[in-house]
Amino acid sequence: MSTNRLSILKTYKLYIGGQFPRTESGRSYKATNSKGDHLANMCWGSKKDVRDAIVSARAAWKGWSARAAFNRGQILYRIAEMLEGRSEQFVSELVSMDVTAQDAKEEVQDSIDRLVYYAGWCDKYQQVFGTVNPVASSHFNFSVPESTGVVGIVSKEASPLLSLVSLIAPAIAGGNTVVVIPSYSKPLAAISFAEVINDSDVPGGVINIITGKATELAPALAEHMDVNALVLGNESDELDKDAILKGTHNLKRIVAYHEINWKTEQGQSPYFILDLQETKTTWHPIENIGGAGAKY
Amino acid sequence: MATTKKTATKKVAKKAAPSLKFNTAWEYAPALEGTSHVTIAPQYELFIDGKFVKPESGKYFNTINPATEANLSSIAEANAADVDKAVKAARKAYNGAWGKMSGAERAKYIFRISRMIQEKARELCVIETLDGGKPIRESRDIDIPLAANHFFYYAGWADKLDYAFPNRKPTSLGVAGQIIPWNFPLLMAAWKIAPALATGNTVVLKPAETTPLTALKLAEIIQECDLPPGVVNILTGAGATGAALVQHNDINKIAFTGSTEVGKLIQQACAGSSKKLTLELGGKAANIIFEDAPLDQAVEGIINGIFFNQGHVCCAGSRLFVQESVYKTVLRKLKDRMATLIVGNPLDKNTDIGAINSKQQLDTIHKYITIGKKEGAEMYQTDINLPRKGFYCKPTLFTDVAQSSRIAQEEIFGPVLTVQTFRTEDEVIEKANNTPYGLSAGVWTDKGSKIFNLTTKIRAGVVWANTYNKFDPTSPFGGYKESGYGREGGLQGLAGYLHI
Repeated sequence: MSTNRLSILKTYKLYIGGQFPRTESGRSYKATNSKGDHLANMCWGSKKDVRDAIVSARAAWKGWSARAAFNRGQILYRIAEMLEGRSEQFVSELVSMDVTAQDAKEEVQDSIDRLVYYAGWCDKYQQVFGTVNPVASSHFNFSVPESTGVVGIVSKEASPLLSLVSLIAPAIAGGNTVVVIPSYSKPLAAISFAEVINDSDVPGGVINIITGKATELAPALAEHMDVNALVLGNESDELDKDAILKGTHNLKRIVAYHEINWKTEQGQSPYFILDLQETKTTWHPIENIGGAGAKY
Repeated sequence: MATTKKTATKKVAKKAAPSLKFNTAWEYAPALEGTSHVTIAPQYELFIDGKFVKPESGKYFNTINPATEANLSSIAEANAADVDKAVKAARKAYNGAWGKMSGAERAKYIFRISRMIQEKARELCVIETLDGGKPIRESRDIDIPLAANHFFYYAGWADKLDYAFPNRKPTSLGVAGQIIPWNFPLLMAAWKIAPALATGNTVVLKPAETTPLTALKLAEIIQECDLPPGVVNILTGAGATGAALVQHNDINKIAFTGSTEVGKLIQQACAGSSKKLTLELGGKAANIIFEDAPLDQAVEGIINGIFFNQGHVCCAGSRLFVQESVYKTVLRKLKDRMATLIVGNPLDKNTDIGAINSKQQLDTIHKYITIGKKEGAEMYQTDINLPRKGFYCKPTLFTDVAQSSRIAQEEIFGPVLTVQTFRTEDEVIEKANNTPYGLSAGVWTDKGSKIFNLTTKIRAGVVWANTYNKFDPTSPFGGYKESGYGREGGLQGLAGYLHI
């Protein structure tokens, strides 16, 4: 075989509803590294892409949130398996985006371990955070966490794969579906991660990834009336204020994680799952016939 | 629905002998609760730093009895300068005695407040009824005991916070600004103050302008309990006072109960600040009756769901959904039961429905009744005479209501029920969830598996199955979607007041 074989360049597209469409806007931007290498032409996603992704996320939420927690755990574990198998691809992609070889290797390993961590939480956080409440009347009363719904996520520029995984995993472990805006300057890993997701039995629409400018796309997520929560994992404070103001139109749950270093122990906990849960409390009377009323 | 109209007409024709109208043949003798044991001062000041002080604003407003329109007392109106004074006092207390106190000692103060509310229960319930218009039976049996119990429950948490959130050492936030509504004045003060104190925060609380009296009585109790000055400050006033509190820079936490409209403004005002926010807002709850439900109990549940506290309840079951097969029966039973409701003097122990809280609220309710009629819904009101003075509204229901109708979409906050029908479970789940709100819901059926199908699929924070409008300090309360976020009550109620 010829040694000067022409390599095949990969086309990076968006990930919406389990498909890889190009942006409807037809726009693209040049992803480069510090050496000035032209890495890829990324989709410069639009507000319309965000809206399409939200429609997919809402449609997928019904099934995903109702799925057995055990099954969600298996699917998250499956994502970790797939990522492990493609470690080298992710390492070389990260290296092409200016991450050192050692850091890239660690970032991929941490990302896999983080998925395994949250896979285990899928059927446990309910027991840790749910309660049976000893009300004074003859009622059975219990509270359980339930998914908030469709969650918009703005990821970080730094540690592009680990930040992305650390933000997505607790949201979907808790039964939410997500629309994610990944790193703009280091975007390759996000779309390759979409390929991993697509091979991991994750139903289409549970995770949607739109590359592009956060300043343009985050407000579209924030003002959309069918998004229930917004996770600001980005660095910029400017963006937050704008997002919060737009997010008040339908009282979004807005959480900001600027200070979190995803590389440390601080970067994983069931409290990240809890941030995107609602508490439902159910009451039911207990029959009170023939003597003392039973209580829980 | 043509059949409905026919039933309604028949009912009018037979009006002479409504079988269940208890108050016609034999009049109930009035059973008025006494007021001689009650002290209401002619004028109340602001409670700042452990003392009652005159407002910097120099202004006062009147609080009236909505049942008689008689003036009860003159109340200080706090302005931004007063808010600043109160926040400084709260900060001083947080940095000083209260912040340094052990949880066990804090607990003892909170237990003390609970006990003293119990000791003064009779006075408090009468004042609650005089100032707010709610039936004495409700303030006596629900509002005041629950308020005392709420303090008692949270007192016990003060030295046990490390057990509440696994693998965390939670710490207090600082100064909490709290704004409460007029529908459950003392109970809402308890829901706000008790968890804030148990978690080691200090408080500036603003009660609603139409119902300030029991909060001021609570201030007296707090003084009597020897709480360190500044731990709890109570500022009376209207919207402007609340806005000044929300905008104050030295506040770490805002807790608000009220309308969704104001809740959104507060979320905007807190945007970009580090203030932690919990919001308990409006609702438009579905109360769902299946054909296999115990219908008589369900009818009691409907009545309690919508007419409890004149319908001034954020979790009121204001949208009734009845399965088509039992619609006629339920409607007949409901109208019969409505005919027995006694509307009148809130101090009368026979009274089921008291006075509407204010003229303004009565106008809002009337506005919605007009809208309902204009939109083509069929109105039914019980045939009773309302007292000539005071603000009253007849128990009202609307049939033939479209899903898109404003009376089925917007929170009325009064004794007005809309009735819709459904055939299948999926249909009623769809209809019940078709609202921006998500505070509460009710489900009535004898079938356990059906209950849980409904309770898991309805997007609401509190779901009552075969019961309605039950509350307990151990039971978390709060909404999904535009009904707000955060929980009050239970272990979950601690989270809003802690760094976790």
